[in-house]
Amino acid sequence: MDLYRQHILDHAKNPRFAGVLDPCDIDHEQHNHTCGDFLHLTMRVDDNNMIDAIAWDGEGCAISQAAASMLGEVVVGKSLKQVQDISSDDVLALLQVELAPNRLKCAVLSLNALHQGIESYKKVRENTKG
Amino acid sequence: MSIASKKMTLDVERIRQDFPILHQEHSAGVPLVYLDNGASSQKPIKVIEALNDYYRRYNANVHRGIHKLSEEATTAYEASRDKVQRFINANSRREVIFTRGTTESLNLVAQTWGRANLKSGDVIVSTVMEHHSNIVPWQMIALETGAIVKYVSILEDGTLNMENYRALLADGNVKLVTVTHMSNVLGTINPVNEMARLAHDAGAVIVVDGAQSVPHLPVDVIELDVDFLAFSGHKMCAPTGVGILFGKEALLEAMPPWMGGGDMIEIVTLNGSTWNDLPYKFEAGTPNIADAIGLGAAVDYLNEIGMAQIQAHEQEMIDYALERLEEVPGLTVYGPDATQKGGVAAFTLQGIHAHDIAQLLDADGIAVRAGHHCAMPLHQHLNVGATARATFYLYNTHAEVDKLIESIYNAKTLFGE
Repeated sequence: MDLYRQHILDHAKNPRFAGVLDPCDIDHEQHNHTCGDFLHLTMRVDDNNMIDAIAWDGEGCAISQAAASMLGEVVVGKSLKQVQDISSDDVLALLQVELAPNRLKCAVLSLNALHQGIESYKKVRENTKG
Repeated sequence: MSIASKKMTLDVERIRQDFPILHQEHSAGVPLVYLDNGASSQKPIKVIEALNDYYRRYNANVHRGIHKLSEEATTAYEASRDKVQRFINANSRREVIFTRGTTESLNLVAQTWGRANLKSGDVIVSTVMEHHSNIVPWQMIALETGAIVKYVSILEDGTLNMENYRALLADGNVKLVTVTHMSNVLGTINPVNEMARLAHDAGAVIVVDGAQSVPHLPVDVIELDVDFLAFSGHKMCAPTGVGILFGKEALLEAMPPWMGGGDMIEIVTLNGSTWNDLPYKFEAGTPNIADAIGLGAAVDYLNEIGMAQIQAHEQEMIDYALERLEEVPGLTVYGPDATQKGGVAAFTLQGIHAHDIAQLLDADGIAVRAGHHCAMPLHQHLNVGATARATFYLYNTHAEVDKLIESIYNAKTLFGE
């Protein structure tokens, strides 16, 4: 079946950036309540707002795990702004598959984790700047 | 429980002729194998035609029009109620209330009986294996009234911990017990009759979620001695959007209405209103006439085949399915053995997430469900993220189980497991 191409299975079975960063600057959990998938995202951000390091922990289907792993490769070295500009279409381009709407949620779980994690990080920082 | 005498075996091939949807191809050259009956069943021609007939021939509002179509619609709608009454062996048609489904039926009891009878410190006893629809309404009314919800645990084998149940009752203050007749994940058939006796001895009423049992086995509310029974039409060959709340007459009489509106009133003045008789007191507004009539047609259909025969067939199916599933390396089936459960097989496969299993099975034309099946507390208890679930009905065959197994092996090969 098309969905489970070799590169997806490779990332799903050997996820890159697996684990939890301690210490970290961004710490966020993202859940997909319909299927029970969740991702725990930890990231380190340098003084220039660039992503230094990323780690994923959690569990989920091959699509959600592969997307997280692939996104990890993309975001390291990027600025927070650049990551916020990544769209769900970009994730589908990485996966190189077409997805039915019910699987789209799996594909973008990691992207949502990145976006929401960065957003709360920025909020906290603005507040502490005060 | 194994009534599976070979004489009673269903003529499944003939039954399949009654379900138009089963004859399509899932995709070119791939037949449809529908194993998601726990979520919703398919509909026989008889039910589809009942809807068609209503809309084409006698569509009108019920209970009010003095004209031919309205009278015909009212007769058909009320005849459905009588069919349901006989189907579950209720004492009176006054005890049979049309709702949107199990969820609405359970919320009705929580919001009316609960609001009128629960106070701070009272205890509601539910179980760990409940569907969210038999947990959340009670949590909501508990929040409102100050009552406490306690949960009966389950044993290793996926059956209810009856010792724990007795202990919770013995702790006192239990006003209401609510339990699923058959778990939608484990398939466990709970000893509802015994639980009802114990609940009554403790002075509590018992509510039973029959969403998974009423479609699949004979359910007799007098024999079970339950106070309330909730179930859905769409899981028993009827259309979506219609379900039933059975309640013992004396309890329903004493309960305040839930929703206000047309049909549920006797006299309305600007200063106040009085309520209509049962069952109309709980049927505010224009009911779901067409689908209620469809439910009556579904009951006729199931009666023609026989609920005992359907149960025996599903028993045979689950026997065979468990035998085949258990031979797959790395596969875990949840719930008790076939003698204590209905046609539900929830499983996980080592190294392949349930969502991926469902997707790969779908590619082979096989419909199963993956996820929590609206039972997150149970999955937490089992310590699994998500399960894949195959659920059987009267039209499923051994050959379909074989296809399921073959497709699972294909998935394992693809994932290198």
